[in-house]
Amino acid sequence: MVTIAADALAVTLGGRDVVAGVSVRIGAGLTGILGPNGAGKSTLVRALLGLVPSRGSVRVDDEPVAAMSRATLARRIAYLPQGQAVHWPVSAERLVMLGRLPHLGPLSHPGEADRAAVRRAMTVAEVDHLADRPATELSGGERARVLLARALAVEAPALIADEPLASLDPAHQIRGMEILRTQADAGATVLAVLHDLTLAARFCDRLLVMDGGRLVADGAPDAVLTPELLGAVYGITGWFGDDPRLVVPMHRLR
Amino acid sequence: MIPRSRRLWPVLIVLVLVAAALSVGIGTAAIPPGRVLAALAGHGDPIERAILVELRLPRAVLGLAVGAMLGLSGAALQGYLRNPLAEPSVLGASNGAALGAVIALYFGLAQWHPAALPAAAIAGALASLAVLALLAGRAESPLTLILAGIAVGTVSGAGISLALNLSPNPFAAMEIASWLLGSLEDRSFRHVALALPCIAAGVALLAFDGRALDALTLGEDGAAALGIDLARTRTRLLLGVAIGVGGAVAVSGAIGFVGLIVPHLLRPFTDRSPSALLWPSAAGGAALLTLADVAVRVIPATNELKLGVVTAFLGVPVFLLHLKRERRLW
Repeated sequence: MVTIAADALAVTLGGRDVVAGVSVRIGAGLTGILGPNGAGKSTLVRALLGLVPSRGSVRVDDEPVAAMSRATLARRIAYLPQGQAVHWPVSAERLVMLGRLPHLGPLSHPGEADRAAVRRAMTVAEVDHLADRPATELSGGERARVLLARALAVEAPALIADEPLASLDPAHQIRGMEILRTQADAGATVLAVLHDLTLAARFCDRLLVMDGGRLVADGAPDAVLTPELLGAVYGITGWFGDDPRLVVPMHRLR
Repeated sequence: MIPRSRRLWPVLIVLVLVAAALSVGIGTAAIPPGRVLAALAGHGDPIERAILVELRLPRAVLGLAVGAMLGLSGAALQGYLRNPLAEPSVLGASNGAALGAVIALYFGLAQWHPAALPAAAIAGALASLAVLALLAGRAESPLTLILAGIAVGTVSGAGISLALNLSPNPFAAMEIASWLLGSLEDRSFRHVALALPCIAAGVALLAFDGRALDALTLGEDGAAALGIDLARTRTRLLLGVAIGVGGAVAVSGAIGFVGLIVPHLLRPFTDRSPSALLWPSAAGGAALLTLADVAVRVIPATNELKLGVVTAFLGVPVFLLHLKRERRLW
């Protein structure tokens, strides 16, 4: 299990306080981050990974991230960035193999263990059949799944996924959440930026809500997703169902 | 069926060997292959031996080394900048080196000592790198680096034009212009001794960054999260290009297109990841430049053709052909 703890974390980009005074401790389980566009969700997770200059402190297993080498951190936390960037037409399998980079010694080549990890990740993400296709020619949803497989192939004890469900069809959105859930159930620390309120409510153990760079709510989905919060944070009304648990955006308030 | 990538290396090795053999075997003085071998072994006619050992051998070695450096730096830069159009001149290194050399020619330093011109070229490349690093700052985006590189390259280009503009006489201007066209004519082992250490340092800095370049396929954040130290990668890459290409341009003059087309030609025969292109591009660049240098000697012309002219003519059609193919592919 990996514990990621931020204390008074703040990020200023281009003179704007994108993340302001976030203190949070994230342990095992599936934690979702919600919030409107521009709330600072992605910047928060990038700051947790030390990918953006920040103030305050971030500690991974009580070790300051700033003092850790990138390679150590890469083996501890797998990261699925937002935006599905793939810059060369490499095959999907070759792309997933990149997830094994943190485990390779200098000048060594991927071995049988690495290939097995790649196969496992591709099976879990249901992208086996795409193995030989150039990653740049895949559809948006297919590419998102291949990139999720790439993050899973790291087989790190923690996973941070920034909008892993973007451009997935409903079936694969559910599959995506199931995968994150399975990881969390196996003892991993999983942090995911999400937009679908119902999926977040159904699958997550804990939800963090960001608004204007601040952490405005933190707790179990039932406690966090209230009509008041939807109104204050998203400016919408919601339709709530209890069994099964549903949170459906209905109308704009402003 | 053997995958295309397996067949790549045997073909490249044969090409390099053929290019080296042709480069040593072909020249203005016709020497039959048997006598070439005899002369290289230290027997035979002393004049033929002098031609081979003092003229053709350094020329072949330089062709291979300069070509390898240009091909490798093209592949590394394309990977790092994630831009298939990148080549050494994108960062202004070639122009910086050329400006250094032109300054040496303009002020007559080149006549004062034979090492002055290459030394000035290497100094020019390093100075342009320093300016580039200052301009680009700490930002890791490839775009800032390309913009800064264009700025540095343009300033160097303007400096070269200024030198041509102000040359005291037509002969000085001719000397500068003909150096700018690029050539390996009349190079000696002194040139080899100057260029090889720089090129070796450049190769050492560039050739082992494959893993970082592969990780950059996922963008900067993706690469950093895979454990890549981007700042170190960038420092190594910039130093490698400046020192290696600086050393190469110092002895050969400005030779374009090799760094651009070689990775393009070879990419379809690899798994298309940046790391898979590094060493093949070095071998391919070595073969291409050496063959072009053989062509320079074989093509009949009143003045000997300049190498940079031949690579440009070779490069354009190859590039257009690939452009056509890529447009359908991407």
